Amino acid sequence: MKKQENPENEGLLVRRIQNGTVIDHIAAGEALNVVKILGITGTTTESLSIATNVLSGQMGKKDIVKLSNRELSKEEVDRIALISPRATINIIRDYKVCEKKGVEIPDMIEGLVRCPNPGCISNTNEPIRSRFIVTPKGLHCTYCEWVIARDITSNII
Amino acid sequence: MYKRGIRGGVVTRHIISIGDFDRRQIDRLLDNAKRIDAQKYDNNALYRKILATLFFEPSTRTRMSFEAAIARLGGTSISVDSVEACSIAKGETLADTIRVVSGYADAIVIRHPKEGAARLAAQFASVPVINAGDGAGQHPSQTLLDLYTIRQSMKLDEINVALIGDLRYGRTAHSLALALSLYHARLHTISPKGLELPTSLHTDLSERGMEITEHDTIGDVIKEVDVIYVTRIQRERFPDSASYFNVTSSYRITPELLTGAKKHAIVLHPLPRVDEIDPRVDLLPHAKYFEQSRNGVPVRMAMLLQVIQ
Repeated sequence: MKKQENPENEGLLVRRIQNGTVIDHIAAGEALNVVKILGITGTTTESLSIATNVLSGQMGKKDIVKLSNRELSKEEVDRIALISPRATINIIRDYKVCEKKGVEIPDMIEGLVRCPNPGCISNTNEPIRSRFIVTPKGLHCTYCEWVIARDITSNII
Repeated sequence: MYKRGIRGGVVTRHIISIGDFDRRQIDRLLDNAKRIDAQKYDNNALYRKILATLFFEPSTRTRMSFEAAIARLGGTSISVDSVEACSIAKGETLADTIRVVSGYADAIVIRHPKEGAARLAAQFASVPVINAGDGAGQHPSQTLLDLYTIRQSMKLDEINVALIGDLRYGRTAHSLALALSLYHARLHTISPKGLELPTSLHTDLSERGMEITEHDTIGDVIKEVDVIYVTRIQRERFPDSASYFNVTSSYRITPELLTGAKKHAIVLHPLPRVDEIDPRVDLLPHAKYFEQSRNGVPVRMAMLLQVIQ
């Protein structure tokens, strides 16, 4: 698939993986936020490849994230939809794409985004996780009813 | 109207936000309040029931009227009246306080400085929770008694309502506007620069089909409106006393202004008022703010009956 889109660069930038997940068609520039939203840091064990601003026939430019030896759960996949609704997920087993799916915007997200309202009870030491209902207008805090209409990524915990 | 949570097999019912209500639920509650107002209620309906009033912010009217409401229904109340007086001062979370108080009382009324605190309380309580104001957030019992007071003078449908004062931070004005959108009211807003209705709320109300018109002065619209809802403009919103007095004087409701009003038009204020309404207005038939305050008891009695019974 990648060879068709940009055969010269792809081979160098993102090698094929034996097992794991390839997140493709991420909006250009959002790959690091996808990694952040998946909770992957330098201290976690995944082998990770990131390609940004890769030429794409469909999107002009796109980002790609490859995760070796980890298959993302549906909940994890759907988190990606918050920042890149056109992303596609390929589950790889023994170098083959075994499963290919789009992302679906979840109805509710918990513990992923911080409420930007400083007066919200979810920003205190209470034993709760932040919780947002996903609406067409944005993320709706179920505690203080504040709506995050844009720039969701800057509020990712 | 209710957020239902199941803890220990018991379904608990809470009143947290006016946004949780639909029109039918509001009408039913106001009907019940009317029956109570006409003395058609069992004054032992909540005999031996205990209401915990947790006020982590100052309040006079709301707290006293809830305590009067439970007393009139045969129950009693226990209270915490400041953060300093309770274990939250020792670092206890609100969640733990609520779990503990749930073991002492049959319902909890809470006012808290943090927005969403009542929603959190409902999450951890095993008894019904009523929100009595959470920061700049919701105050549903105030909205219900505002609607009740309007309904004593006119039908709620398609009325013209002027909201005056601090519409940016005034939670009572926000909740009332939201509730009135269910009744196809037309809204007229009059507020100082910088204290206008928040854009998000304006958009939300417009999307609900509400017609909203901004005016520079109440005089522009006094002949059209059925309800004049006045809110307090807080002094701390202004850099100095002179600019505060300059602004507040131009939003003041006076008998002279009301000579141009409809005969049945009413003036409401969630109280306490400072300079927003000339005391001479108190004597006019338009003045309903003390009646509005008194209505807090039957409306809150109806709320308590609905969640505890």
